[in-house]
Amino acid sequence: MADNTSPEVPVRTGPTPTSTLAAIRIAKTDRTRRPLPRISGKLLTGIIIVVVISLFGILAPFFVQDPRFSGNDALLPPGDGHILGTTKLGYDVFAQLAWGTRGSLFVGVVAGGLALLLAILFGVLAGYFGGVLDEVLTLITNIMLVIPGLPLVMVIAAYVQHTEGLGAFARSSLLVAIVLGITGWAGSAVVLRATAKSLRMRDYVAAARVAGEKPLRVIFVEILPNLVPLLAAQLIFGVIFAILGEAGLSYLGLGPTGSITLGTMLNDAQTGQAVGSQAWWWFVPPGALIALLGTGLSLINFAIDEVVNPKLRLAPQAARNQRKARRAGRSVSENGAIA
Amino acid sequence: MSHAKQGRPEAPSTLEIRNLKRDYTLRSGFARTTLHAVSDVSFTLEPGRTVALVGESGSGKSTVARIISRLENATGGQVLLDGVQAPNRGRALERYRSKVQMVFQDPFASLNPFHTILHHVERPLKIHNPHLSKKEITARAHELLERVQLTPSSRYADRRPHELSGGQRQRVAIARALAPGATYIVADEPVSMLDVSIRLGVLNLLADLQRSEGLGVLYITHDLATARHFSDEIMVMYRGAIVERGEPDSVILNPQHEYTRTLLDAAADPDRLGQLKAEVRAEGSFR
Repeated sequence: MADNTSPEVPVRTGPTPTSTLAAIRIAKTDRTRRPLPRISGKLLTGIIIVVVISLFGILAPFFVQDPRFSGNDALLPPGDGHILGTTKLGYDVFAQLAWGTRGSLFVGVVAGGLALLLAILFGVLAGYFGGVLDEVLTLITNIMLVIPGLPLVMVIAAYVQHTEGLGAFARSSLLVAIVLGITGWAGSAVVLRATAKSLRMRDYVAAARVAGEKPLRVIFVEILPNLVPLLAAQLIFGVIFAILGEAGLSYLGLGPTGSITLGTMLNDAQTGQAVGSQAWWWFVPPGALIALLGTGLSLINFAIDEVVNPKLRLAPQAARNQRKARRAGRSVSENGAIA
Repeated sequence: MSHAKQGRPEAPSTLEIRNLKRDYTLRSGFARTTLHAVSDVSFTLEPGRTVALVGESGSGKSTVARIISRLENATGGQVLLDGVQAPNRGRALERYRSKVQMVFQDPFASLNPFHTILHHVERPLKIHNPHLSKKEITARAHELLERVQLTPSSRYADRRPHELSGGQRQRVAIARALAPGATYIVADEPVSMLDVSIRLGVLNLLADLQRSEGLGVLYITHDLATARHFSDEIMVMYRGAIVERGEPDSVILNPQHEYTRTLLDAAADPDRLGQLKAEVRAEGSFR
């Protein structure tokens, strides 16, 4: 590109299209790189859902009554005093929901973060170093990948909870988060390994090695920053997996019975025959909240996918153009070309 | 350092490549074949001299460059810096790298899109001068940017590679190679990815630096014309071996090897083109 500041371009004499040059110069001085992509509808919807639910989980527990206070009347429908009614044991459902959301988010973030860390450890190291280390790490990843997830989690959870000497920790949400974290990293590790393997061959990685950078610094300073969109997607995927996994485990009675999560609420409702006694206010709110949280996180994930793979971004745009063209009465051919 | 070891401090520095060999094993299913990328290459680099390595794609030029810069290991032969075998790891490798640096072919790929220009020049400075303060490193990085004619340096320091043109990026790559205080620079087709109009500027910069810093440059290229203009010696590489070497003028004007002649014929030559036209016109067979 002809940049008039670069020394290899000879200075031109005579009439110059100054306006064009000025325009180029203005474009060049705009050198802030946009850290976030253009906000799409998907991203916005996802962020709103997730932020609202997170705020609810963080703030609401400060304003509700004790979720384990059983002095209320049992099975009150939603109404005065209890926005979402009470459970069979007289617990306030809204209070339970607030604490349950906090518990589920905690499990999701801790398990998702742990899974991401393990995925980086196994995936990126295997992809970057190759050789024997790659073989060993890939073998472990593949073993984790072929063991069916939920049964493995159930076995580990059941085993750990009956281990002597753990005390309250055995029934805490932290333990469940750790179990979900160490079982949920394999899929991300495969993706990260493949990407690290391709980045390793890039010239800028070779250049960093020639400059004298140490391997770990190459990985964390030269390679990982270029993986940020991918890592974010994997983290969100991990959080969804953990929240749903925790709900599943709790529903089966293997969850953190010592703390309240959306999953333990569903389990309580099930054992308390909420469906049979038509107490919909007991099981619908936690179920809906889990579904909403999953939807919001997935929407954010799709939006990140569109950043990583711009082709996906063009698809809805093309569809919109076609719709507009049709509405305007112009013909659209089979392959999508607009006349 | 090695001088002191050998007890002859006034001996001139050399980077000697001796009988270099590199084989690749290609696997397809159970069948294995060996590709001899480099077979028996020897030459010596000295400070203040530019040696050109010319050859077509796939002749093994880049493999030689990657072995000298220790990105790959040789299957056989030696790389000797001041008579000492080039190390593979540790402190010794770091010291070797402070003497031998490389400029990559593609300036669009060799700079990390995530980092600023300043980062690219500061890192090698910091690695090879751990005792310097942050301020001194930054000052030196700016000096280096000025030295590769990215002036004023403050205009470029905080930019990222995608905001620079190809020629500017290659200047950054050259600054990065100079940063450790290298004596030897391996330039692997440094201008082949650049616009023709920009090539001369980058090559002149390299030549200026080579003269002023007394660098030993290995100039890898497939362009005989620039090799003749910028180097003190030309080596022609073909299928992993050096088939001809000598003074630039003698190699170009009086090629001995069949392959060198083919290479020369492949290059566009305005004089010869005019001659050809005259011949055709005289024969009258064309019109």
